[in-house]
Amino acid sequence: MSTAITRDYTPGFYEGDRPKVVTSRFEFEDSHTIDRYLATGGYDGLKKAIEMGPEKMAGEVKASTLLGRGGAGFPAGVKWGFTPQGVWPRYLVVNGDESEPGTYKDRLLMERDPHQLIEGCLIASYAAGLSQCFLYVRGEMPLAHERIATALDEAYAEGYVGKNIMGTDFSLDIVLHWGAGAYVVGEETALIESLEGERGMPRLKPPYFPAAVGLYGQPTIVNNVETLANLPFIASKGSDAYTAIGTETSPGTRMVAISGHVKRPGVYEIVNGTTTFRDIIYGDEFCQGIRDDNELKAFVPGGGSAPWFLPDQLDIPFEGKEAGMAGSMLGSGAVMVMDDTTDIPEAALTLVRFYAHESCGKCVPCREGGTWLLRILERVCAGHGTDADLDQILEVGQSICPGDMPHAASERLGLEATPFPYKMTTICFVGPSAYAPLHSALTLFRDEFDAKVVPAPKRISIPVAVAGS
Amino acid sequence: MSRLNDSNVLLAHEIIERYPRKKSALIPLLHLSQEQNGWVTPEAMRHLAELLDITPAEVIGTATFYEMFKFEPVGKYVINVCQTMSCALLGSDGLMHHAEQKLGIKAGSTTEDGMFTLEPAECQAACTEAPTLQVNYRHRYRVTNDSFDQLVDDLRAGNLDGEIPPHGTLGRNRQHIPAEKFVGAPDPDDVSDGPVWIPVSVGDDS
Amino acid sequence: MSSDESNATEPVDATHDDAGHAEQGEEVAEQDVADDVEAAEEPAAEPDPNIVPVTLNGREIEAHKGELVIAAAERHDAYIPHFCYHPRMKSVGMCRQCLVEVDTGRGMQLQPSCMITVSPEMKIETESPTAKRAQEGMIELLLANHPLDCPVCDKGGECPLQDQAYSHGPGESRYVEEKRHFEKPIPISDLVLLDRERCILCDRCTRFADEVAGDKLIHFTQRGNQTQVMTFPDEPFASYFSGNTVQICPVGALTAEPYRFKARPWDLTAEESTCTTCSVGCRVVVQSSRDEILRYQGVDSDPVNHGWLCDRGRFDFEAVNSDLRLTDPLVKTEAGLTPTSWNAALNGAARLITDALAAGGPDSIGLLGGARGTNEDAFAWAQLADALGITYRDAQLGDGLPASILGLNRATIDEAASASTIVLLGPDIKEELPVLYLRLRDAAVEGNSTIVEISSVDTGLTRYAKHSLRHQPGLQADTVQRNSELLTGDDVVVVVGRGNLAESPDETMAALAAVLDANPNAKVLPALRRGNVVGALSVGMAPADDDHDGLATLRAAADGKLELLILLGADPLNDCPDTGLARRALAGARRVISIDTHRSESTQLADVVLAAAAYGEKSGTTTNIEGRVTVLADKVTTTGTARPDWMMAAELALMLDVDGDLVNVSSVDDVTAAIAAEVPAFADVTPAALVAERNGVLAGVVAGTLSDAVSAAGQRNSYDHRLVVGRKLYDRAIGTAMSHSIAKLAPGAAIHLHPLDIDALGASVGDDLQLIGAQATAILPVAANHAVPRGIAWAPFNQDGSVIETLIDATASVTDVKIEVI
Ligand SMILES: Cc1cc2nc3c(=O)[nH]c(=O)nc-3n(C[C@H](O)[C@H](O)[C@H](O)COP(=O)(O)O)c2cc1C
Ligand code: SF4
Ligand code: FES
Repeated sequence: MSTAITRDYTPGFYEGDRPKVVTSRFEFEDSHTIDRYLATGGYDGLKKAIEMGPEKMAGEVKASTLLGRGGAGFPAGVKWGFTPQGVWPRYLVVNGDESEPGTYKDRLLMERDPHQLIEGCLIASYAAGLSQCFLYVRGEMPLAHERIATALDEAYAEGYVGKNIMGTDFSLDIVLHWGAGAYVVGEETALIESLEGERGMPRLKPPYFPAAVGLYGQPTIVNNVETLANLPFIASKGSDAYTAIGTETSPGTRMVAISGHVKRPGVYEIVNGTTTFRDIIYGDEFCQGIRDDNELKAFVPGGGSAPWFLPDQLDIPFEGKEAGMAGSMLGSGAVMVMDDTTDIPEAALTLVRFYAHESCGKCVPCREGGTWLLRILERVCAGHGTDADLDQILEVGQSICPGDMPHAASERLGLEATPFPYKMTTICFVGPSAYAPLHSALTLFRDEFDAKVVPAPKRISIPVAVAGS
Repeated sequence: MSRLNDSNVLLAHEIIERYPRKKSALIPLLHLSQEQNGWVTPEAMRHLAELLDITPAEVIGTATFYEMFKFEPVGKYVINVCQTMSCALLGSDGLMHHAEQKLGIKAGSTTEDGMFTLEPAECQAACTEAPTLQVNYRHRYRVTNDSFDQLVDDLRAGNLDGEIPPHGTLGRNRQHIPAEKFVGAPDPDDVSDGPVWIPVSVGDDS
Repeated sequence: MSSDESNATEPVDATHDDAGHAEQGEEVAEQDVADDVEAAEEPAAEPDPNIVPVTLNGREIEAHKGELVIAAAERHDAYIPHFCYHPRMKSVGMCRQCLVEVDTGRGMQLQPSCMITVSPEMKIETESPTAKRAQEGMIELLLANHPLDCPVCDKGGECPLQDQAYSHGPGESRYVEEKRHFEKPIPISDLVLLDRERCILCDRCTRFADEVAGDKLIHFTQRGNQTQVMTFPDEPFASYFSGNTVQICPVGALTAEPYRFKARPWDLTAEESTCTTCSVGCRVVVQSSRDEILRYQGVDSDPVNHGWLCDRGRFDFEAVNSDLRLTDPLVKTEAGLTPTSWNAALNGAARLITDALAAGGPDSIGLLGGARGTNEDAFAWAQLADALGITYRDAQLGDGLPASILGLNRATIDEAASASTIVLLGPDIKEELPVLYLRLRDAAVEGNSTIVEISSVDTGLTRYAKHSLRHQPGLQADTVQRNSELLTGDDVVVVVGRGNLAESPDETMAALAAVLDANPNAKVLPALRRGNVVGALSVGMAPADDDHDGLATLRAAADGKLELLILLGADPLNDCPDTGLARRALAGARRVISIDTHRSESTQLADVVLAAAAYGEKSGTTTNIEGRVTVLADKVTTTGTARPDWMMAAELALMLDVDGDLVNVSSVDDVTAAIAAEVPAFADVTPAALVAERNGVLAGVVAGTLSDAVSAAGQRNSYDHRLVVGRKLYDRAIGTAMSHSIAKLAPGAAIHLHPLDIDALGASVGDDLQLIGAQATAILPVAANHAVPRGIAWAPFNQDGSVIETLIDATASVTDVKIEVI
């Protein structure tokens, strides 16, 4: 066991001398209890929200430019405004399905500070006029279930949830719902299908934009756990206090998990928009460099779906637009670091396998294409591939993501960056995600693939004799 | 016993009550049946279909989509070794190999004594603590060959009984909404007005 | 193009909207609306608000508002390849084959054309290099795991996957990995087999089962690359509509047992026709090879069946090819019924008629039937009867409702399926008129209509009814009166038929009268089951009065008053609910002529049997419940020397030297024209109109009135059960019984009781119970059935081993039985 873990009740988490928005209670062993929560300003945000009234509270969230933390980075306040006029009821669905490779933050927030999440749900529902809240927690997180179940029971008992909250006419049930193991269910429309008791297969947008046509066909707000966990801070301290942290386009803080070949892998709450990848990977208060002082080979900047970055991109800050221009995305705030000992095709294989395995099966390119890519790559990694297989990968990829694929610039290869995003033939991002990392690996480290393959046997083409010639 | 037992039927009704439409309770009820039997039996699926007023084909259609439901008996402890990138970068392959040897089975199978099922798994949201595994979905971090051996020995000896319930149990406690605090979950078709605390204009500006 | 999609019509929304506005979510300022209204008053070209101008492959075309891109393109001859899209089901965008480039002002984007509706100024490219690359890529991916066993696949030759691989595919597969393997075809029901290797997971069959049929018995299971279509173990896809999934499967994954390996599609010839298995009148194509009917496929008729068929209608072609067909006319000799020449048989029949006329006059002859044939058949025989002065005649045998309901303000199927309130009086529509059930179910599920059901037992539509009112037999009218507030509104349709064959039709008629009392504007859709019963009654086979109807005829025969009984495709022993009466009638009639397609119990008792041409062997017209007249195809040569009924009537008319048109007809078209000339309601139903109107011609209604039926049922003695006898889809009817694939699906005879009533009797499920009625005693095994309220005993009609009919007294208003354990 590494000795570097600061708190064994918050495995992997390192606090630091940085502003805290969502991890302020992590230092307490009993941070998940209602006593600790109330002793540290808990439910003050809700009180403030009710004082303000729903309209003003919604305005605060809009003013805070709180960006969604689930992957797409869409401003929460704007999303709430998309619900169609006069259509009731509306629901809140909390996306606690965290399963993107590399991502580890929502689970911590649920296990370590469930009341903060509950308060966030209450504030969102109050402000956006949502009449029931479903807290969808990934099935493989029993500790989160236990903590949230207990917290909800406490909150009901204390009158923070349920009928006539704190004696007002605000009433809301929060229902803890369990997933059962399917990555794709993290996609919001699949999450809704799953919550309806169906197979978690994404719906097509349009017409199924959850804000308009969501759970049971009603307007539905889907927000990520971390997104909602920010709301108590915004409600109690105001949007100004929130935007004072980070940059204008990316205010506040973000939870980021850095894993792989670094000295101190861990979960950090970082200042949004200004912290660079170099800070995160090499900074003293963060990961403190590559293990054994090896060279950095490549890193995944935003969860398994993201195209890869090279050391060339280390100075890009953790900011959505900049990462996009550089050819990738920040996604769910998960950085995976590979040092120079990494076998790149093998590393890519773990992600291709993941997305092929997690395809819901709805779209042909994802269902068939993902598995096909996996088969080819398995063959290549096992030493049975040919150079034609590598071209075939790119061909199959074109059937999933037609046109130019985003990738990072590389001085070594003399490559310019192609900015994010890509085009896709699928409904959701699972299909493209089976290809994106493989495309990065193959584009940026072609030599490593070449080293594993043999030349394809020449196709013999028999000339057709043309009569009379 | 394969159908839900009487106390679980009561629990099932309590869970169903919380949803505007019954079928939403399907996944929680599948977990409940798996907790009772260790796996999801055909009889249980039929029973859930009755409780939710859907067909057994709908139940099996949903159930088989999700990794956590087992349709044949599994070991008392299901050990999932994460194989996704972060864990793979830190040697999960070797760990899996070691696990197979320690348990004397191939990944995907169950020990003869019915104690352990070993499975490869995808990302467990503990990537910074690689390599990880879960025993009945309880995490173990930075697992080494030695700590794996220790874990198996402890499980065999019953040292972890308090911490790790047999396969099927998700949380060891569940949410209970007190009746007097329960707002209720009407079918959306029966609701036409916004919540009382909402002035008409709010949320209507789009 | 496969026939299931050729008549796609997207509902056109007539709401007022400026075509220049984006069609979704944008507000039309009130002033705009006012302007539009003003402008509309001037004849100057105001653009039609339902037309959306779009550019398709560089051409300006007019799409319909709300139309999907794929449908608009196809209407304008730009075929977009697709597999999951089906115009009669909700789009899922699953197969991704229909990707095209669409520009709505933000640049060209690849979009599934089955999910995108047209918007003004949209640019669509279905054949751009990007679109083509995407379409080719999709075909290649679809074929990756497809077994390519086309040479031994039933679908080969008419397979959308094969065709589109040819037209839109890359022409080469680079997939060298091992394909997915599953056990080759597994039966998922008695009629349908599933080959999972061929399946491309388009969600059509599963969507059909869920959305259209409401039988969610097949479902996707597993996930991702392992996804497959399956039933629950031991719970087969026992849907009455399962055959449709075979028809809409775009590959050969689903095949129908009755057709498997019978023909190659290119050997089949096809002709459009109408199904006459029941009176919904679904449009079909009849397909045959080497002069044998091998398959029916549904045709999309917008006002009727939307392309769907029930399995009974789809698979009863086997009866046409049955060994029990009558191939030649028969006459009774000392050695029994023996084949003879047509000349001898018709002479024999003519002599029986002249003898009867001589012995007892026209009132000593009864003519029953016509509902199983064409309009022309019924008309010709009715004309003959008219010429001879025969008054005892009916197309029903006490198994329907008085013909007077045809004179009421009749609703069409479309009107019923779009009514704000649908009132159901009587039969289980799912069992009797299955495709009407689909239409009504859809109306309820889509939330367009409210169903109010007033019946004695639960039916297939109970699940979808907003109000389901149960009544004891005999109390239907009373129940209607007590709930009249549910029947109000401008747009109410009553679907009325015979829900209980052990109850007098007067009870139903009294209930109908009560509905019309409560809401005089309600329209009526008669739910009479037998194929052409409406046609036969309309063209002359209706009795003049109650004293000469089917039951009266049988009674006269039983009382020895009939010299001759002519059975025109009628089988009293199976059709008449009161089998005791039927038996006595056949015994009491001095002579019997039977015109039929198959040997039956009734033909065995006849003196002369005239072998009739069957469905698919003769042309003509048929009339469905709403009065829609459509044509029938004569697709194959008749079996043996059999001939159409109308021809026999015409020849007899010549032999008997009667007056009238009949002696002049020489073709079936002549008869059709004669009907148009003679029957006022059919004035528009000319041969020319029938050719012009693909969906048939609606016959008019000659207004009549309802006789004052009154309920005569007494109170049920609390020791007894009140009997309800109803039809199941599969029974002993000739078409079903002679089709081995579906005959085995008949449930068999039993008495169904509420489980608590079984307990109260001290019996267990499966026990034989003794049923004691006023006129007979019967023994039947008991089945538990929650659909049956306490105090009621329900039994299916006309099943193998059925004895329940012996308890029915056609003169009684209700039937009470005492049930005892033996
Ligand atoms: C394949 C896929 C998986 C996703 N998984 C998650 C997830 O595990 N957790 C999450 O919060 N969002 C996930 N998302 C993003 C959600 O669709 C959605 O954007 C998010 O929950 C919205 O919340 P936010 O606006 O607060 O970020 C996923 C999206 C895709 C396409
Ligand atoms: S891209 Fe893959 S996971 Fe996403 S909807 Fe399509 S098939 Fe399902
Ligand atoms: S037809 Fe459009 S996706 Fe299948």
